[in-house]
Amino acid sequence: MNLLEKIDAAAAARKALLPNGVGAFGIPIEEVYSATEAKIGDRRVLLLGTNNYLGLTFAPECIQAAHEAIDKEGTGTTGSRMANGSYFGHRALEKEFADFYQCSSSIVFTTGYQANLGTISGLVGPGDTVLIDGDSHASIYDGCILSGADIIRFKHNDVADMEKRLRRLGSRVETTLVIAEGIYSMLGDQAPLAEIVKLKNQYGCILLLDEAHSLGVLGETGQGLVEKTGLLQEVDFITGTFSKSLCSIGGFCVSNHPQLEQLRYISHPYIFTASPSPATIASTRAALELLRKGSHLRKQLWNNCTQLYSALKEAGYVLGPDPGPVIAAVVDTPQQALLLWQQLLEHNIYVNLILPPAAPEGKSLVRCSVNAAHTEDQIRYVGDTFAKLYSVISSHS
Amino acid sequence: MTDSNYDEIMQLLCDRLSSLTNSSAQISPETNLISQLSIDSIKLLNLIMEVEDAFDISIPINALADVQTVRELVDLVHKIKSAS
Ligand SMILES: Cc1ncc(COP(=O)(O)O)c(C=O)c1O
Repeated sequence: MNLLEKIDAAAAARKALLPNGVGAFGIPIEEVYSATEAKIGDRRVLLLGTNNYLGLTFAPECIQAAHEAIDKEGTGTTGSRMANGSYFGHRALEKEFADFYQCSSSIVFTTGYQANLGTISGLVGPGDTVLIDGDSHASIYDGCILSGADIIRFKHNDVADMEKRLRRLGSRVETTLVIAEGIYSMLGDQAPLAEIVKLKNQYGCILLLDEAHSLGVLGETGQGLVEKTGLLQEVDFITGTFSKSLCSIGGFCVSNHPQLEQLRYISHPYIFTASPSPATIASTRAALELLRKGSHLRKQLWNNCTQLYSALKEAGYVLGPDPGPVIAAVVDTPQQALLLWQQLLEHNIYVNLILPPAAPEGKSLVRCSVNAAHTEDQIRYVGDTFAKLYSVISSHS
Repeated sequence: MTDSNYDEIMQLLCDRLSSLTNSSAQISPETNLISQLSIDSIKLLNLIMEVEDAFDISIPINALADVQTVRELVDLVHKIKSAS
């Protein structure tokens, strides 16, 4: 097989999974009406598959800040943070993140994906070790591969398994980076941070926590799992993204280790890419302010989360272990998942379809993401529709 | 390399691979893990965890970049085990 034939073979396998050209992946969104509604095909649908956790995509403060930045600074920086791409706003946002996390150092990256690539590949290299949760996000895997360090996985959220693997590393723990996530994006479950921190201290390694899905969602001021657990000072490096609760695009890393600053000179994903546009930075700064004082948004979000989680549970669906903004119904076969996904769309509800191998352990998932802007009625409609479809799905193998 | 360790590793991997693939196809050292056994990346990564536990060793998954056949996987595990 030549290169292009190999790609054709992979495409054929994908098409076999999704018959009749069903466009579950990369679905065209024709118009966006609000934080909770959009037009797909000729339908007005309820959005239950975004990462817009605080519902801030149309927050007037953020829109106005972005407008002003475009007017004052133009549409793009046309350069790297290392060269001409570090404007006042980029530096101000770094200070604001440092202040938010009570940290001495903070770096803004162009995406969250690059924040993980840049941080991980800057912290470890060939001969070092990364010990990562088996269900880590692709940006964590890719960052580890880019680093050239030895990659060891532990079973998802299994601290005993993690300890076994730490012990096996012997003296190599000294140059080991452990990586976990605040909330895992597939099943919405949270890392057992207290136990992970205990092991990290016992073995003397360094800990990185990706708060991509937990920023704005967990903790009184929205710092994430570090705040919910009171363990902010125990985590060495925190990464995260602007693309979820902050409703723009970009990423960050914060730390109290002064060594973080050195990454600006060695980290390719930081250096060899253009910096975020002025409008992106401006709306992110406005959103971070709203996030910090947004306990009312978190309250609304969590009301919605518990309402939908209990509705789906009651309807008989198998769900992830923790209620939260990511609520995934685990079904037996990819065909069932596809049917449920299609039927929900027929009922004007858009959710995410996740098929193997993207979902852990060969599972198929129909995943909802709840946000603070959803109304009680919208959530009730989604719960009722899932309940109505339960028997259709279970009789379909 | 015909020491007992090597044979033990070969046996364990062949057993696990045949149960993972549910296939009646004979698994030989030259069997290609991906093209012949259709082992996807996640299954392979989970198999590596099991092998780590069976022999109490650490197998970096980045080392799998050079592994295509059953024999190459056994060679990798054997090398790490011998050095530990
Ligand atoms: C856990 C995790 N980390 C990092 C990222 C990457 O974020 P971004 O969208 O900013 O590239 C994501 C988003 O998909 C994620 O889920």
